[in-house]
Amino acid sequence: MIHFVLLISRQGKVRLTKWYSPYSQKERSKVIRELSGIVLNRGPKLCNFVEWRGHRVVYRRYAGLYFCMCIDEADNELEVLDIIHHFVEILDRYFGSVCELDLIFNFHKAYYILDEVLIAGEFQESSKRTIIRLLSTHDSMVEMAKEEATSIGNMIAQVTK
Amino acid sequence: MDSLFQRSLDDIIKGLRHQQAGESAFVSKVLEEVRREIKSTDSHTKSTALQKLTYLHSICFVDMSWAAFHAIECISYPNFTHKKVGYLAISQSFQESTPVILLISNQLRKDLKSNVEVEVSLALECLSRIGNLDLCRDLTPEVFTLMASSRIPVRKKAIGVVLRLFGKYPDAVRVCFKRLVESLESSDSPPIVSAVIGVFCELASKDPKAYLPLAPEFYKILVDSRNNWVLIKVLKIFTKLAPLEPRLAKKIVEPICELMSKTGAKSLMFECIRTILTSLAEHESAVKLAAGRINELLIDEDPNLRYLGLHALAIVAPKHIWAVLENKEFVIKSLSDPDPNIKLESLRLVMEMVSESNVVEICRVLVNYATKSEPEFCNVILGSILSTCSNNVYEIIVDFDWYVSLLGEMSRIQHCQKGEEIENQLIDIGMRVQDVRPELVRVGRDLLMDPALLGNPFLHRILSAAAWLCGEYVEFIRNPVELMESLLQPRTSLLPPSVRAVYLESAFKALVFCLHSYLKSATSSDHSALGLSDPGVSKENHITPDSVLHLLNLIDMAVGPLSGSYDVEIQERARNILGFTELIKPVLSDSLHPQDERHKQQVEASKMVRLLHDTFSDELGPVSMSAQGRVPVPDGLVLHENLADLEAVCGSSLPASSATISFEGSHNVEGATSIFISDQKEESEPSSESTSLLAEHRKRHGLYYLPSEKNTEHHEANNDYPPANELKSELAEQSFLPKRKSKQVKARPVVVKLDEGDVLPISSKIPQAKDDSLSEAVRDVLLGNEADADTLTQKAAADSVIRKKGKEKLNAKEQEDDLDHMDSQSGTVQNPVKERSKRSSRKQNADEGDHGGDKGKQKRRHRHGKHRTREGVQNPPANVISQTPVPDLLL
Repeated sequence: MIHFVLLISRQGKVRLTKWYSPYSQKERSKVIRELSGIVLNRGPKLCNFVEWRGHRVVYRRYAGLYFCMCIDEADNELEVLDIIHHFVEILDRYFGSVCELDLIFNFHKAYYILDEVLIAGEFQESSKRTIIRLLSTHDSMVEMAKEEATSIGNMIAQVTK
Repeated sequence: MDSLFQRSLDDIIKGLRHQQAGESAFVSKVLEEVRREIKSTDSHTKSTALQKLTYLHSICFVDMSWAAFHAIECISYPNFTHKKVGYLAISQSFQESTPVILLISNQLRKDLKSNVEVEVSLALECLSRIGNLDLCRDLTPEVFTLMASSRIPVRKKAIGVVLRLFGKYPDAVRVCFKRLVESLESSDSPPIVSAVIGVFCELASKDPKAYLPLAPEFYKILVDSRNNWVLIKVLKIFTKLAPLEPRLAKKIVEPICELMSKTGAKSLMFECIRTILTSLAEHESAVKLAAGRINELLIDEDPNLRYLGLHALAIVAPKHIWAVLENKEFVIKSLSDPDPNIKLESLRLVMEMVSESNVVEICRVLVNYATKSEPEFCNVILGSILSTCSNNVYEIIVDFDWYVSLLGEMSRIQHCQKGEEIENQLIDIGMRVQDVRPELVRVGRDLLMDPALLGNPFLHRILSAAAWLCGEYVEFIRNPVELMESLLQPRTSLLPPSVRAVYLESAFKALVFCLHSYLKSATSSDHSALGLSDPGVSKENHITPDSVLHLLNLIDMAVGPLSGSYDVEIQERARNILGFTELIKPVLSDSLHPQDERHKQQVEASKMVRLLHDTFSDELGPVSMSAQGRVPVPDGLVLHENLADLEAVCGSSLPASSATISFEGSHNVEGATSIFISDQKEESEPSSESTSLLAEHRKRHGLYYLPSEKNTEHHEANNDYPPANELKSELAEQSFLPKRKSKQVKARPVVVKLDEGDVLPISSKIPQAKDDSLSEAVRDVLLGNEADADTLTQKAAADSVIRKKGKEKLNAKEQEDDLDHMDSQSGTVQNPVKERSKRSSRKQNADEGDHGGDKGKQKRRHRHGKHRTREGVQNPPANVISQTPVPDLLL
């Protein structure tokens, strides 16, 4: 099971956090501090796994962003690397050559995409096409809702005038 | 018109990015805005505020528990954008303990029933993240319905959520389990199978036994599936199931080996390797194949694969050490890998390889690496040497002289911070192994002599041990005068008071020893005709009158100033020494000059010295941790009573005694010291008295002591605080010889072991109650299925299976047996708790009854991981077969 997902920039800024196991707010910030200290300081040619508090953290760097997932001892590290890559590919396809800024300004979308890849800490969808399709339905829902809101807003504005 | 001036999320993000220094000020300003905006009745304003807050929460860890209710309001809005914001906020910030969590139950139910797929997804995702007992209980029916949804993504998510339902609300198993099992067979839609297998993989990792009946389904997937994600999970499930059922292991070995050699995906290949090594280690040929694959991983460019290769070796090491030894060169080379993970892993492997025969060689290599590595890894290496060598009372050490000098060498490594551990081992070995004491004292002396070591605070603990050893076993010292000099050297002022006190005490012991051997040699030279000679006093530590004078002067000079020390331990010890020298000086100084009366004086002096010497030379034996518990409480002594009376009793006496101490000056030193001496003399008596008391108690209350005869000897040994040599014969016969008879040039010295108290009690792990009820529910459902079915149809099914199988001849009687087995299984299901308690009590008995070599084995087993323990303790194979009839269907 994946206990949490972290996206940390090279400067140590947190870009995304998702917790599948219960961690209190205090623990969360402690975990992030600890792990970013460990992960960011590792050289480029080292292996992508870190043993950490009886768990294993699998991380991979894409440009300036570190994608980290914390898993159990018995889980398959290479599989998790594949999951990370899968997630990145979907981000890339969705945003069109994704960069850090995309994730910063669309943080809610990044969460939504992650929710399509993982549920309850388990991998759920291996087809990129399916996920992209779901995301576009999602986006069109959002568009519709926005239009609706603005039109109602207009109406109210007119009424209150 | 709030929304007109409200800052959007983008504004906040940009604002944050442009803040260089005052980020926290900016955040608190935004928070203030959010607090105001979120109270708005306008849904847009509210949701935007909530979104901003969520952003700050997940990036800057701002507390947002206060906004829980607003988040719940947001998910109830009909507008999808707002709803979405609410759900994100909830799944990011809610904990199980969030007080308003129950309020979302209805909204979740509504969304789960929604026709809009995306809304259902949101609700499911949210439930999977925050579901607690109440939510899971309330929403189980909805999730159950969704598990049969025609929309694949929804169905898949519903299956994922089941994991949370089962975890929080085990009764959900009774509702959902059947449908979950059915989903296993939906081979038309791979995502569903993938999700179900994920759930089973997670469930089986907690309690594999309950899922054994599903083995045929898993097997089918293993053989048929081409999806690597699914295959990895199935392999994980089999890793858990195979140890429980040998026939299953036999069945899956072949497909797994095939998968391993065919697949191009490294992740799948590694999973195959891991499955074989953990659960199919009895199948030699499979292990050989896997070992070949590991070799490929080890020489790969990719550090990930090298690391995993080493990791796989670590898994196989306990059962097939040959696989590690084949790669010995590589493993040792990896100790200098740039990657700390690889280094650690290879260190672990090196430690696995250690045995009696190569411990010297390996430790040599490791110490070399330790001197070269950076401080952190150096200490990791030292730590693992120390723990491996001391494991199970120094089981693998044959040559203790070597080990003790290794300890000395390790203390001198520049980065060594293992002072405490080395200290403990030095003293522990000193107490347990009599034969090594001369070498210990030599090593200790070398450490004490070196003034440079005193400056390193990490070594102080080791120096303390060295000082204690040299004082306690001073008879092995070549040159006691030299020892005294190093114990009293000026740089000892750098030591912390507690260590300094040990130094002083040792100096005292050494002084007494010097004087004793001086007087002894003086007498024996007188009576040389009688052939009186002490074996402890060799020619080398012959003490001349000059050196005695020198010693006394040295003490005056070095210890004198300490009598005013602020530390009571130091002060007291210093005064003891000074008092003794004051007392002995006049008597002795006469005897230093040959006179007629000399004889009489000398007799007096030697009487005093002998008294003290006898006190000090009483050997301290190891004491069992439970020894105190065996001391009987005398009649009339009430232990659990308020000690208020004590003050009344002590109130009068305490100040008086302290007064005498403070006024004790040089003029009445003589008296004080004589009291001190007599005290010491008395001290030695009660110990023998209590020993006899204990022996008597043993006779009377034999039933409280452990029953076996061997133990009896051990107990007496414990209670008597025996000198090591008394145990030699028995112990050697009992536990050491059988193992170590083989071609040893130098016999291993006797290591004193206590039957209990040496090893910390092994706390048996109690599984959580939650898991219990979950697995119980699963078993009920699985077996319930069979029970529900008509006995006739069941029989028919069994018949058909038997016909299909055809290979074995089964007669009607065996069928009945099978049914009986099912009954017996349901019997065991009903009282798993009882079974467990039985098991643990058996384990406990084993712990208590164990000693000597047996204990060693047991401890080893514990070291080698859980699954082995499980296998060893819990499952007599015959039992397993009778309890698990279902794999018959498979075979």
